[in-house]
Amino acid sequence: MSFDAYRCPEGHVTYPEHAVCPECGAEQTETVDLTDAVGTVVTWTTSTATPPGVREPNHLGIVEFELDDGETVRALGQFTTDGIESGDRVTPVYCAELRDPDAGIREPESQDWDGYRFEPTG
Amino acid sequence: MDRVAVIGASMTEFGQRDAWVRELLAEAGAACLDEAGVDASELEHLYVSNMASGEFEGQTGVPNALAHDLGALGAYTQRVDQTSASGGAGVYAAWQSVASGASDLTMLVGGEKMTHRTTAEATDVIASLTHPVEYKHGVTLPSFAGMTARRYLEKYDAPRESLASVAVKNHANGVDNPHAQFRKEVDEETVLGSPIVADPLRLYDFCPITDGSAALLFCPESVAAEYTDDYTVIAGIGGATDTHVVHERDDPTVMGGVVDAAEIAYEMSGLTAADVDVAELHDMFTILEVLQLEDLGFFEKGEGWKAADEGITARDGDLPVNTSGGLKSKGHPLGASGVAQVYEIHRQLTDNAGERQVSADVGLACNVGGFDNCVTTTILEAAE
Repeated sequence: MSFDAYRCPEGHVTYPEHAVCPECGAEQTETVDLTDAVGTVVTWTTSTATPPGVREPNHLGIVEFELDDGETVRALGQFTTDGIESGDRVTPVYCAELRDPDAGIREPESQDWDGYRFEPTG
Repeated sequence: MDRVAVIGASMTEFGQRDAWVRELLAEAGAACLDEAGVDASELEHLYVSNMASGEFEGQTGVPNALAHDLGALGAYTQRVDQTSASGGAGVYAAWQSVASGASDLTMLVGGEKMTHRTTAEATDVIASLTHPVEYKHGVTLPSFAGMTARRYLEKYDAPRESLASVAVKNHANGVDNPHAQFRKEVDEETVLGSPIVADPLRLYDFCPITDGSAALLFCPESVAAEYTDDYTVIAGIGGATDTHVVHERDDPTVMGGVVDAAEIAYEMSGLTAADVDVAELHDMFTILEVLQLEDLGFFEKGEGWKAADEGITARDGDLPVNTSGGLKSKGHPLGASGVAQVYEIHRQLTDNAGERQVSADVGLACNVGGFDNCVTTTILEAAE
């Protein structure tokens, strides 16, 4: 398992992947693995009214990663813990099942249910 | 080009209703035809705005059902789904049908039946519009609102209380709307003391789950006076989309779909934000009213939070916003909401808004789907 962002030959990076680069229309030919990256929390919330199969409360936020070439890419994800705030530094941690695939309205076979949560760096 | 007129409008009581979606649509549709003195058999096009009758109720094919129930057989029918903006998208479809010359008499009925589901289930139906990488983390539309509100308050150093004042204003307006789900004032203390739903937003920052329906009747402006003196004209209309994946937006506090849709509508109408006398904005969450005030051009970026706080958007202010009570207190039956927004503007511009009446010749309705994922903005003018 890797936490892949996608890059086109023009250098635009997105997470997740798109059919073509939304910025320029080119094919996204490379991946950038964010598994070991450290990102910064842009904003966050704690949701206390969650849908079926989702943990409650659900701490989640948007995290921005700066890549080696200066491009940035963002990802939404659950937090491993309460108390993470905007500006905090976090890193991805693998989770085999982020919510119960059988409890919600979406067809379980239609998508993946594992992924990465964010935990504070030291 | 002949412009498009609105010659009839109706809405059902919004709230927890015993009726199912077919009955709700028929109730609003029949009332709209009745008001305009038009027989259902005269309809050439019939559109139904609805997000999820299949998912909520197991009833699909609602336009055909409505045509049969009303006696509009022979009309071209179509369902319009654009999630929470289905109503606005329906207004767009109805406008297109008349403006193109394809139909000389079009009815739009928007409706949704939701309250038989638990809050968790209804939240999941709505959250199913999200991308798989969002959905698997359990994100909901309210949690997008929480994240956006936090970013906005931090970025612009706006007080948390300013969002509460949006809820206080819209609840005060809803008291005088006989169709509203909540006809009860709330004070700032109540809003700020209500349970957290998506930190920093609390229960009273959110619209309720609602059953209801609303309808509009359209014809070419050139023949509108043959039906009624109380008509309004669509001066401009625009639709636009923003990213599907919300975290891919450069600035989470800018509703790009709202900006783009407004630009199209203003250009078509030859009007600007300064010409608008009254507006219905998509206050599914209090923060959204603030962002729309900015992205529609009524306020500079970072200044919109002052509007409700300073009374500018109150019913007796310079720019009354959500005189209907908004989604916040009127309720939000998904497919009906964009139609009900135009219903309110139509009532205001034809001096038929009762206790809620303000002085207005130009009105604007902004209907938002997803979290700005798709937007339709409509500008109406009173008949000359």
